[in-house]
Amino acid sequence: MGLKASSEISMPDTGRTDGASGVDDASGVDGTDGVDDDMDDTHGMNGTDSADDLDDTTVMYVQPSVAGAAKILVVGPMGVGKTTLIGTVSEIKPLSTEATMSRAGARLDMPVRPTKSTTTVALDFGRITLGGELVLYLFGTPGQQRFLPAWKDLARGALGALALVDTRDLEASFDAIGHLEDLDVPFSVAVNSFPDSVLHSEDDLRSALDLLPHTPLVICDAREHKSSVKALISLVSHLIETVSEAT
Amino acid sequence: MIEPGEERTTAAVRPYVITRGRAGSSRDALPLETLVKSSGSALSPALQPEYRRIVRCCQGLLSVAEVAAHLGQPPAVVQVLLADLIDWGHIVARPPIRVAKRADMDLLRKVLDGLESKL
Ligand SMILES: Nc1nc2c(ncn2[C@@H]2O[C@H](COP(=O)(O)OP(=O)(O)O)[C@@H](O)[C@H]2O)c(=O)[nH]1
Ligand SMILES: [Mg+2]
Repeated sequence: MGLKASSEISMPDTGRTDGASGVDDASGVDGTDGVDDDMDDTHGMNGTDSADDLDDTTVMYVQPSVAGAAKILVVGPMGVGKTTLIGTVSEIKPLSTEATMSRAGARLDMPVRPTKSTTTVALDFGRITLGGELVLYLFGTPGQQRFLPAWKDLARGALGALALVDTRDLEASFDAIGHLEDLDVPFSVAVNSFPDSVLHSEDDLRSALDLLPHTPLVICDAREHKSSVKALISLVSHLIETVSEAT
Repeated sequence: MIEPGEERTTAAVRPYVITRGRAGSSRDALPLETLVKSSGSALSPALQPEYRRIVRCCQGLLSVAEVAAHLGQPPAVVQVLLADLIDWGHIVARPPIRVAKRADMDLLRKVLDGLESKL
């Protein structure tokens, strides 16, 4: 299957995000902590941060008129186009953070031993303000089996998910789609076509992915705004239909 | 930076120290899309720097995920610190709009109309 061992890295904790804080240059917001594990005593040294601790991204706040947020997940294997799609539709530069996988034995509330560790999965996200009163967050996350625990929290309260598929490796999408089914998250499928993608008929794709007849399947170019927005629209239309049918 | 999907192992020492061991505890985590903002209330000089940095970041409305990303802190830690700040009145939260049994037509229509207006 599509588990790509090469994507597993183990390295010192590097700055996980790149959005870091242009919040407050003058007062020592050190946006790159996380670089060390033992720098607690370096916090609060106002004014000592060098400029390169600060990212070029400034914080773009949500409009004050916004009353609440909703979220949609963007899932699929590595390299399928999640980050691209989120970046294409987002009004902010996509940010990345991480979801903690709370595994038994890696609980943070147990006494700390230096060897203790917790595994996290990177998560990137973007934001779209809709109609001035609602903000939609898109959370992109890969679907490998070992990330399932991190998905549970993320999926809670999500309107639905867009499952991205690369036809060059359909199997790589099975885990993500399977997780959505397991967690009962309604979804729609967007096929990203790459230059060397083989053409499949919709019927072939549907049966290869074992999709229910009502699950929407659209072709999408994640690099194009319109195409990506349309993929999201296919999802939300599907959600509306599902609700209408149920009532 | 790490790309989504990459996995790495992080020593748990810092989150543990900052949150005094409460990250991952039983208190319900604030959903990552919860919108938060500073209430503008005066901060005690004794308030720890980790808390101050969060309050400074929250001068305007931001999601919990954005606060974590901008500060470069794990969300699990930021969720705990924000929950304290909410308890102390320094941060106000707008809870996410949750779809009750996904039957909230009104919300879905707003999302659909909003997306269509982006085309
Ligand atoms: N042709 C084509 N290339 C794409 C598309 N979406 C993403 N890419 C490219 O595929 C690569 C991986 O995309 P990325 O968004 O990082 O994938 P992720 O791992 O799912 O986040 C990048 O080089 C993108 O430019 C698409 O719809 N069509
Ligand atoms: Mg990515």
